[in-house]
Amino acid sequence: MSSNHSKRLWMYAQMVKSRYFEDMIKPAYFEGKTPVFNMAKGPLPGEMHLSDGQEPCAVGVCAHLRADDTVTATHRPHHIAIAKGVDLNAMAAEIFGKKDGLAGGRSGHMHLFDPAVNFSCSGIIAQGMGPAVGAAMAARMQGSDAVAVAFLGEGAANQGAFHESLNLASVWKAPVVFVIEDNSYGISVPKSACTAIASNVDRAAGYAMPGHHVSGNDPDGVYEAAGIAIERARSGSGPSLIEIETSRLEGHFMGDPEGYRPKDEVKRLKEIDPIPAYRSRLVKEGFEESELARVEKEARALVEQAFSYARSNDYPEPKEAFDHVFA
Amino acid sequence: MSLPDATVEKPAAERRLTIAKAMSEAIGQEMERDPSVLVMGEDIGKMGGVFGTTTGLFEKFGAERVRDTPISETAFIGAAVGMAASGLRPVVELMFVDFFGVCMDAIYNLAAKQSYFSGGKISCPMVLMTSVGGGYGDAGQHSQCLYATFGHLPGMKVVIPSNAHDAKGLMLSAIRDDNPVIFMFHKALQGMGWLGTVAGSINDTPESDYLVPIGKASIVREGSDITIVGLGATVHQALTAAENLAKTGINAEIIDLRTIAPLDRETIFASASKTGRLLVVDDDYLSFGIGAEIIASVCEALPDPLKCPPQRIAHPDIPIPFTPVMEHFLLPDAGKIEGRVRAMLGENT
Ligand SMILES: Cc1ncc(C[n+]2csc(CCOP(=O)(O)OP(=O)(O)O)c2C)c(N)n1
Repeated sequence: MSSNHSKRLWMYAQMVKSRYFEDMIKPAYFEGKTPVFNMAKGPLPGEMHLSDGQEPCAVGVCAHLRADDTVTATHRPHHIAIAKGVDLNAMAAEIFGKKDGLAGGRSGHMHLFDPAVNFSCSGIIAQGMGPAVGAAMAARMQGSDAVAVAFLGEGAANQGAFHESLNLASVWKAPVVFVIEDNSYGISVPKSACTAIASNVDRAAGYAMPGHHVSGNDPDGVYEAAGIAIERARSGSGPSLIEIETSRLEGHFMGDPEGYRPKDEVKRLKEIDPIPAYRSRLVKEGFEESELARVEKEARALVEQAFSYARSNDYPEPKEAFDHVFA
Repeated sequence: MSLPDATVEKPAAERRLTIAKAMSEAIGQEMERDPSVLVMGEDIGKMGGVFGTTTGLFEKFGAERVRDTPISETAFIGAAVGMAASGLRPVVELMFVDFFGVCMDAIYNLAAKQSYFSGGKISCPMVLMTSVGGGYGDAGQHSQCLYATFGHLPGMKVVIPSNAHDAKGLMLSAIRDDNPVIFMFHKALQGMGWLGTVAGSINDTPESDYLVPIGKASIVREGSDITIVGLGATVHQALTAAENLAKTGINAEIIDLRTIAPLDRETIFASASKTGRLLVVDDDYLSFGIGAEIIASVCEALPDPLKCPPQRIAHPDIPIPFTPVMEHFLLPDAGKIEGRVRAMLGENT
């Protein structure tokens, strides 16, 4: 195994932190929204896309990244934001629409921006890809060896922006890595019904870049593939594509009745939940129980602290909505 | 003397439908009547559309005529233009109007210019339906209206129903129209319980296939003191405001635009010259918007000035913020309308 002890412990810790974060969101999201589900109500209004099950994609990639590397994420951003080191308190406060949130309550869960660690996301499918190519080129033109990573879903790989960005990155030899989190659904539509080829990694060849396929929703596998791709980008050899088989343990958004998905599928997926699976593997490979318990405890404390910070933080003044329309 | 209108079938009992149900009923009826009609878009198959616009159609008509698409808007909206030019009548959904940026070319350079560039030889009979509007904390990429953006681009018709009856009649007119029609439905009126539906949007909707004409506004409340022009959700806000105003003897006339392209200026002119006052309420961005267009048209057309300067309420020129305290501060509502009307009538409020 190429990943070393401290990196693997870090990856486990970030996965756990992300899962705790989502676990705290779940009851908070439904506060005030029921008995008749109303999306506008409660402390967390609007759509909420959870990333339970997809944590390995984020940690395996971000384990190789520095704060000056750029990450663009999607409408399902929490696990990636956490692994990239986005300020947890400010992120939680943003999701609650509070004044000390990342954007003072203006952006919400789908548009988290943290310039301190070069993280941003967009709710428009595949639209993080162009900006990642741009950030990568900017780093190179400014003489830095920083790289950029664009995350996207397998559904987004059918967008024009995907194909155009791969081509442009390849032509320019941009230091960028495209990471497809393949959870096999775009909202209700299974991948098999909307993507012409079985494996998106094959599309990399069409744009003359290496492609890596990671099966089994495996953090170590992601870490290994990302290591090769990011090293290639950093050393000036150009872009790569990584496709990760992962799983969406929740509906597309919270409140999604999931009528389109076989009833036993989620149950089956939960049985192979990547977090307990990774924990067992680490234990089997000699990690101390006490060490894992310690990072779990620390992660939980950080998340709890972030949520109490967010809840106790004030709402912004309504008229602050007029600030920052222009730079 | 007038003869009873034999073509209009009076429903035995009220059929109160939501806009979502009215839309899917209209599409289904038209698919039965006309084999050239098909539906496509993201999640419109088994799921029935995330806003319920195609519920039941997949089960009834099957995957050949009710097509889930990849998330590839440039391709499937472009394909709809090709289908429309080749004798089909596609009804296409692109979930949120905020997503139109990725495929705008297919809409305003292809669909909207087809007739003109072919010297009238090729038409583009397609309907593009999409959701608009915020108010539920979904932030700036999922809450816009962008009415004026589409009203500004020649070659397409743009309809915006405020209730189920009109939604059905406008949908039937839209599918039968030989032009591209953008059908913009407001999330707060859709009848999806989880979006907190405005009750007034659910109304009596006949089963028959009646048409609501495209390009004709409707006067939803008669009054003598001021004309309030609204569309979609703001019609209901204006109605609430009018009820409160009536308690103190102010009688507002309310126009529901129903269509913004073509715009029924005649109805607006007639009402504004009758009441002498004009307020336009719009939940799209303020500048270069519907309000500006209507007020400019009135100023150009009416020989006598109004009793007070015409006014508009709209979303200020700010991306729609996520946090409810900011979002509700910016959006129009009944209270803001009432206050503005009182001010226009010279009351100190
Ligand atoms: C351009 C655009 N089209 C459609 C949507 C609506 N939409 C949001 S998420 C989604 C599914 C995305 O699937 P995928 O890329 O596989 O990511 P996942 O949700 O599975 O993480 C769709 C269709 C959008 N946000 N942007």
